[in-house]
Amino acid sequence: MSTFNKQNAQSENSLPRRSFLKGLWIALGIAAICEFIAVVFTFINRGRAGNNSEKESAVIEAGRADSFAPDSVTANIQGRFYLCRMKDGGFLALSSKCTHLGCTVPWDDTERRFVCPCHGSSFDITGTVITSPAPRPLDIYPLYIENNIVKVRIAEVKKRDSFLRDQLVYAKKEQI
Amino acid sequence: MTDGIIDTSIVTFADKIESNYSESTGFMNKSLIFHFRPKTIKSKTLDFTLTFGLGGMALVLVTLLFGTGLLLKFYYLPFPDRAYDSILYLDKNVMFGLFIRNIHYWSANILVIVTFLHFLRVFFTSAFHPPRQLNWIIGIGLFLIILVFNFTGYLLPWDQLSFWAVTICTSMMEYIPWIGRWMQTMTRGGAEVGPSTLSIFYAAHTALLPALIIILAPFHFWRIRKAGGVVVPEGDMKNDLKVPAIPDLILRELVTALVLTAFIFILSILFNAPLGDPANPGLSPNPTKAPWYFMSFQETLLHIDPFFAVCVIPVIIAIGLIFTAYSKYPSNSGGIWFISTRGRTLSIVSFTGTLLFCAVAIIVDEYFIDFALLLPGIPQWISNGLIPATIVFMVFSAFYMVIGKLFSPDKNEKVQVVFVFFITVLISFTITGVWFRGEGMALIWPF
Repeated sequence: MSTFNKQNAQSENSLPRRSFLKGLWIALGIAAICEFIAVVFTFINRGRAGNNSEKESAVIEAGRADSFAPDSVTANIQGRFYLCRMKDGGFLALSSKCTHLGCTVPWDDTERRFVCPCHGSSFDITGTVITSPAPRPLDIYPLYIENNIVKVRIAEVKKRDSFLRDQLVYAKKEQI
Repeated sequence: MTDGIIDTSIVTFADKIESNYSESTGFMNKSLIFHFRPKTIKSKTLDFTLTFGLGGMALVLVTLLFGTGLLLKFYYLPFPDRAYDSILYLDKNVMFGLFIRNIHYWSANILVIVTFLHFLRVFFTSAFHPPRQLNWIIGIGLFLIILVFNFTGYLLPWDQLSFWAVTICTSMMEYIPWIGRWMQTMTRGGAEVGPSTLSIFYAAHTALLPALIIILAPFHFWRIRKAGGVVVPEGDMKNDLKVPAIPDLILRELVTALVLTAFIFILSILFNAPLGDPANPGLSPNPTKAPWYFMSFQETLLHIDPFFAVCVIPVIIAIGLIFTAYSKYPSNSGGIWFISTRGRTLSIVSFTGTLLFCAVAIIVDEYFIDFALLLPGIPQWISNGLIPATIVFMVFSAFYMVIGKLFSPDKNEKVQVVFVFFITVLISFTITGVWFRGEGMALIWPF
């Protein structure tokens, strides 16, 4: 048995063309499998590019800047965000998605805080965490004020570690 | 019936089998059955308390699920604006529509319980010893497939319950480092749970997973046959006695299947599968809970940093399960429940100890200690993750050492103690999450 194997091995060594072709077949086979996997994955990874380009231009007009009272929270159903106006008139567009597990957080106006129904996280008007388990403040959307109209870019959600004053946007009239 | 078998000699049986095999008349096609079952089996295999017939029950439930699933496919529409209405139509206007959906619902839920019990049975009768290690891994794979099966089916009615359960479960993926975000986008087919999520879940539930189970389940059964049948204790007097599979085994299997089917039918007549309000992405119900079989994850997330709950602990468990099958054991305890009398005592001690520990730990963590508040300025994954994890590990190590001193167990029994610890945590967390959590996931008394 062992001599046979030896002979076989020797004969294979003496036939470099055979071993070369065998190697080629294996390499082609592996390449085919890789291609197949790549095709399946790109197929399943659907519409990423298409969806994004569609969304990138998505800007929601929330309304006239002076129609929002200071120290108020207004829900925007269409864009799934809250437009918050601070006491000093600064605007902030908070995502309504809890940073813990993605539930929608309602604003409790008497308690003056967002309370997540799923796991009891709560956030203040700036989105800062009051009670965990939420690991970080509510995400924000970039907003700008054009001709006194508040516009929110809902395609770019921004994660942050804490609330900073420069996240607030002011209407031009008040800045002057 | 069993007594008669024991009294008869082996020779008579061989004759009986021969005559059975040559008879072509009868209500079953015997040669077909012999493709799946050996002609003779060890008489010990028939002991109901050895296996409780759980593997067979799982197969019966899978069959029921395939049958009813195929029927449901005739009416269900996998689109967000039509899915809910198609279920409503099925429930209200289709003859036996609700009944078929109920059978599907109850079979699916009971399948999770049955396969879990089957997993416990296999562990506690040491049915993972060589040559069965690979089958242990395949079995765990099948269990995971069944969980994903249930989970993908959970979304299909597109009501509030399913929409939010899937939202929070797919949000958990985000906490897996490096690949979590990608996994989440792949599963959802986008950033949010939406139309693509529904079609992905539908494709997985009705094509991908059925294909996987059709391939893996027969492989699982074939491996049992290759290992010489169901595990039996070494040197049991009933091992030498062979009995014919037809009728001794087949009739028992048939009776189990019929009783189980009847039980599922009764459940389906008495209790309807839930259907809440149509899904509303703007309004999370309070409380929002994961499906009950994933409740232990959600409960763990309430106590410990997400990175530990979703990543570290599952990885430890996966490694532990592989290690269980592939490490060397001093003795072959195959077929003996709980290894030995000492093993049984140790299991009870470990179960009771862990149960008490879980109850105390949940209450203390809920009302008294908040590491994140006690240690401000330290990253949350340390204060809420590493520190509690270390405490649990130290308590368990102390407990393990005390047990080691008192009982001096061998390796089989030590592995069993650790296994019982994990299983008890899993069960108590699931029970707490399902029944003891109310509004805002606060602890409540359910009755």
